[in-house]
Amino acid sequence: MNREQRLARLNEELTARILILDGSMGAYLQTFGLDVNDFHGARFAEHPMSLKGDNDLLVLTRPEVISAVHEGYLAAGADIVSTNTFNATRISQAEYALEDVVYEINVEAARLARAAADRFEIKDGRPRAVAGALGPTTKLLSMSPDVGDPGRRDVDFDAMAKGYEEQARGLIEGGADILLIETITDTLNAKSALWGAWESFDKTGIELPLWISGTITDRSGRTLSGQTVEAFYNSVRHAKPWAVGLNCALGPAEMRAFLADLSRVAECPVSAYPNAGLPNAMGGYDETPHSMETHYAEWARAGLLNIAGGCCGTTPEHIEHLKHAVEGVAPRAIPAHDARLRLAGLEPFTAAA
Amino acid sequence: MTQSANPFSNFVIVGERTNVTGSAKFRKLIEADDYAGALAVARQQVESGANVLDVNMDAALIDGPAAMRRFLNLIASEPDIARIPLMIDSSKWEVIEAGLKCAQGKSIVNSISLKEGEERFIEQAKRVRRYGAAAVVMAFDEQGQADSAKRKVAICTRAYHVLTDSGFPPEDIIFDPNIFAVGTGIEEHADYALAFFEAARVIRESLPHAHVSGGVSNVSFSFRGNEPVREAMHAVFLYHAIRAGMDMGIVNAGMLEIYDEIEPKLKELVEDVLLNRNPGATEALIDHAEQLKAAGTQSRDKNSGPDLSWRDGTVLERMTHALVRGITDYIEEDTEEARAALGKPLLVIEGPLMDGMKVVGELFGAGKMFLPQVVKSARVMKKAVAYLEPFMLAEKVEGEEDNAPVFVIATVKGDVHDIGKNIVGVVLGCNGYKVVDLGVMVDCDRILAAAAEHKADIIGLSGLITPSLDEMIFNAKEFEKRGVKTPLLIGGATTSRAHTAIKISQHFSQPVVHVIDASLVVGVCNSLLSENLRQPFLAEHVVREQADRDLHAGKGSSAVYIPFEEAKKQKFIVDWATADIATPESIGSHLWDPVPLAEIAEVFDWSPFFHAWELRGVFPKILKHETHGEEASKLFDDAQRVLEDLIKNDRVHARAVWGVWPAASTGEDVALFSDDTRTELLRTFHFLRQQKEKVKPGTPFQSLADFVAPLASGRADYLGAFAVTAGNEVEEYAKSFRDKGDDYTAIIIQALADRFAEGLAELLHRKVRRFMGFGITEDLAVEDLIQERYRGIRPAAGYPACPDHTEKQAVWDLLDVEAKVGMQLTSSYAMFPPSSVSGLYFFNEAARYFNVGKIGRDQLEDYAVRKGMSLELAEKWLAPNLED
Repeated sequence: MNREQRLARLNEELTARILILDGSMGAYLQTFGLDVNDFHGARFAEHPMSLKGDNDLLVLTRPEVISAVHEGYLAAGADIVSTNTFNATRISQAEYALEDVVYEINVEAARLARAAADRFEIKDGRPRAVAGALGPTTKLLSMSPDVGDPGRRDVDFDAMAKGYEEQARGLIEGGADILLIETITDTLNAKSALWGAWESFDKTGIELPLWISGTITDRSGRTLSGQTVEAFYNSVRHAKPWAVGLNCALGPAEMRAFLADLSRVAECPVSAYPNAGLPNAMGGYDETPHSMETHYAEWARAGLLNIAGGCCGTTPEHIEHLKHAVEGVAPRAIPAHDARLRLAGLEPFTAAA
Repeated sequence: MTQSANPFSNFVIVGERTNVTGSAKFRKLIEADDYAGALAVARQQVESGANVLDVNMDAALIDGPAAMRRFLNLIASEPDIARIPLMIDSSKWEVIEAGLKCAQGKSIVNSISLKEGEERFIEQAKRVRRYGAAAVVMAFDEQGQADSAKRKVAICTRAYHVLTDSGFPPEDIIFDPNIFAVGTGIEEHADYALAFFEAARVIRESLPHAHVSGGVSNVSFSFRGNEPVREAMHAVFLYHAIRAGMDMGIVNAGMLEIYDEIEPKLKELVEDVLLNRNPGATEALIDHAEQLKAAGTQSRDKNSGPDLSWRDGTVLERMTHALVRGITDYIEEDTEEARAALGKPLLVIEGPLMDGMKVVGELFGAGKMFLPQVVKSARVMKKAVAYLEPFMLAEKVEGEEDNAPVFVIATVKGDVHDIGKNIVGVVLGCNGYKVVDLGVMVDCDRILAAAAEHKADIIGLSGLITPSLDEMIFNAKEFEKRGVKTPLLIGGATTSRAHTAIKISQHFSQPVVHVIDASLVVGVCNSLLSENLRQPFLAEHVVREQADRDLHAGKGSSAVYIPFEEAKKQKFIVDWATADIATPESIGSHLWDPVPLAEIAEVFDWSPFFHAWELRGVFPKILKHETHGEEASKLFDDAQRVLEDLIKNDRVHARAVWGVWPAASTGEDVALFSDDTRTELLRTFHFLRQQKEKVKPGTPFQSLADFVAPLASGRADYLGAFAVTAGNEVEEYAKSFRDKGDDYTAIIIQALADRFAEGLAELLHRKVRRFMGFGITEDLAVEDLIQERYRGIRPAAGYPACPDHTEKQAVWDLLDVEAKVGMQLTSSYAMFPPSSVSGLYFFNEAARYFNVGKIGRDQLEDYAVRKGMSLELAEKWLAPNLED
């Protein structure tokens, strides 16, 4: 099936059940015991600096490992797999002096994910989608890197949008079905990602659905840049997102209240992919596949979910349990809201009709 | 549309003061690169109730895109401003785009229009949409700005269809059908307001979901310089425009007048002009405006009685004025007026009263108001709240929640001092906190129970005497054990940042913050409770705590203490063979009850009275102090009135018990005997000796015992003891004011009670010096008494020369203090009633006050044996004096 057919089928499924997204890339990759040579491969053997930890580069140097991760999640029941491109922008890859291969990484990453998805699609004829992942980058547009100089910014909107535009084009070329702007800590970064995505649509003539997932960084219920969930939603609503959601930072227990807030206001499907709990003292995560299942089941029954998956610390086993938890439970009904002027600073403001 | 209680409840207020074209003040700040000042203007707009903040940087001398970028980036780091959405306002597209690139929220662009044709309009709208903003659309097309209702509607209708056809959401369209000046004297302008009202009505009826906005102050442009008329015009304009359908406006947030409160004559004339009701309307309004202006000047010129021109303001202005100036005279009638206007008593508290107190809090924080004024403001606030209470009870709805943060405060067990604690309570109360004051001598269980019951957000512990420090440590440990999760504030005379960091904080896993005075407490509490300020505040706090600990660790190692035996050898030497030893008129104890109050007042040392109010300086110079002299004078006048009442009506029952006995020293002890035979031992006082190495060799290591002749000297010496109090009656009297909501008078009374106790101690000391003979020839002015220019000293237990509070027990036993004058000792050896003083009299010419400082364990062991106290107990009471 082609992208159009697949998206049509996926949207049909979306009205009938809760879709399953994959789990974390990092936790799974750790099980492969990769060392510095795996990252460099033959191609970057002479690279002047260590590339260890640049997970996105593995799509070029150890593509079979990334394929295995995607297949692990598809086997566990994922309807959507996300590309291994969390840091694949010019701004983030500058840390590894790899700006020149950013486009290539995105193309290859999308290709690998799409190939894995195709293998499963062919088996049973059910659609499997690839979400091209656009991460938050290493810089913030709304916050100063220096507390003593609050007006300072290390990067501007245009440069960041340009970086995202390049990434989006690569993902489109590689075969992504959806663009997933995820782990949004600063909504202005997300806005520049949207800007970049639209520019890439203008250039390629191909328009993909936009999926936007914010990150509430602590229990105060705010993004790192200070917005509440509803203010965040108001600020990205203009993108007419295919879905909005929350991911990362919090475990399912801490995320619940904010997911409920989002579920109340969002006029589109809602997604959630929490971490496997909060990081513990050892840097690990405490939620087991079983304990996560309880949370997912409760969310689904409470009518909060349209799409669910896992973030940091989750594995195919978590996703299997997730699938079990939401199977047969009706997806969240999408509310229709009055046409109201919905503004936002750090907090939402809705004008009377 | 029916007129709701709050005429602006469905109206979006766009704050206009951060606009260089509308505010000369803001323009000058930007031109002078004073962005801190510019942020303050923004904050004021938010605090005055703006729902959206208009930012405009269009001025000849300003680099628009750069200024917009810089200001919005700075706003992004001010959560209390960034809270509300922005209106990015410019006639230059590049400035608008620069702003949009710095705004994470959903903003409004002001403005786009058909001025340069449809193509450009569509392109700009598309970009606005991609940035995620709503847009103000001006009634402006290729032909120019619309002035008639017909053209306004035609342009807006065309723009609406162009926009919605290209996918722009209709609810994100805000039309500005142009508000133009009326009353200009030009006939064509006379219908401008009517044209706006008509256009607003048609737009709202025929273009679904679209909004109508405008810059309201334009309408009164020809009345520049006459603010009362301008404000009235704005209010009347808004009244009609809102009824027509206008639902957003760029206004001076906080200056909105209520239509119903405009003086009827003025309202009628303004309405004539706006509605173009008669041809002479403009001239009539101009005439009336002149009269108003003249009347305004005249009333200010009159020099009889207080200036009451503030009574002419709106109810909001009057209430703010009353709060800031501490005027209670009219607050009840103003409160009633506000209640009637707003409909609900709670709205009066949350609206005008809290707003007024916010102004007070800000002025205090900025050092423009002083504590006595703040406490007077609180009196006004409490009076207004007391007036509203019956109304609130009458309409109490179940489930209504009070969102004010809760501060539970107590003076710890064993301590009775509460002036500072009361002041902190008042200041927090003024700043929107619900203060639960548990009073004095509160044990830990009661604090825990109250914190749980009232869902405390912060707990504050206060104490004045050193044993309270231990009690605070005990509290901190208990809080931790019981899993208390609220931050803890520590305050009071003996507390310190270092002690809090080193001795208290480690026992409690929540933040433990020392607050040095009442002016800082609001900032600390707000920081602790703010989602955005808490982390930076605590980060700084932790660094400071560590610095205190490091500093202390460094200090501890550098001081050298000589062995106790060495110190004893180098004691203070009096040549007893030649020393002049005074003899009392008689042996034994005496009661002085009642003591004439007027006599005590004569020897008052007023400086500490001002210190209690956080006004620093020495009396009487403080009355002429450069910054707070005026407030000090007012406070002094008020205190004089209260003092007169206290004296005239015998509100204070001052009394004293004292006595002198034969005495002899042995080492660090002084024994008292029942008579001159010195055979029957009455009591022994136990003193401590300095051990910290002296900078200058040969300087003695002193002990109070050194000032009393040893038995072996063969000289008959004496020691005196005393206990004086202002009594508990005055505390009760203060409480009667506090119960009425008048903290100002209550605190004055308490502070005066302290003066009575201290003054009585001074007066009694003079009496005892005469009793001893050497005082008879003394001829000292009050100032000399305050400077202690007399023979002998009267050290008190718990103070530097005699740091062990438990020594008071010997004074109590000796003088039978409790039975004679009703003074009690608490578990921490604090004296009750709180305004009390006790101590010992040393009569030797060489006797001076000194600080024992830290002592070694060798002396501690010796002391425990001398006192017949367990080592553990001695350690507890002398904890602040032990070398670590």
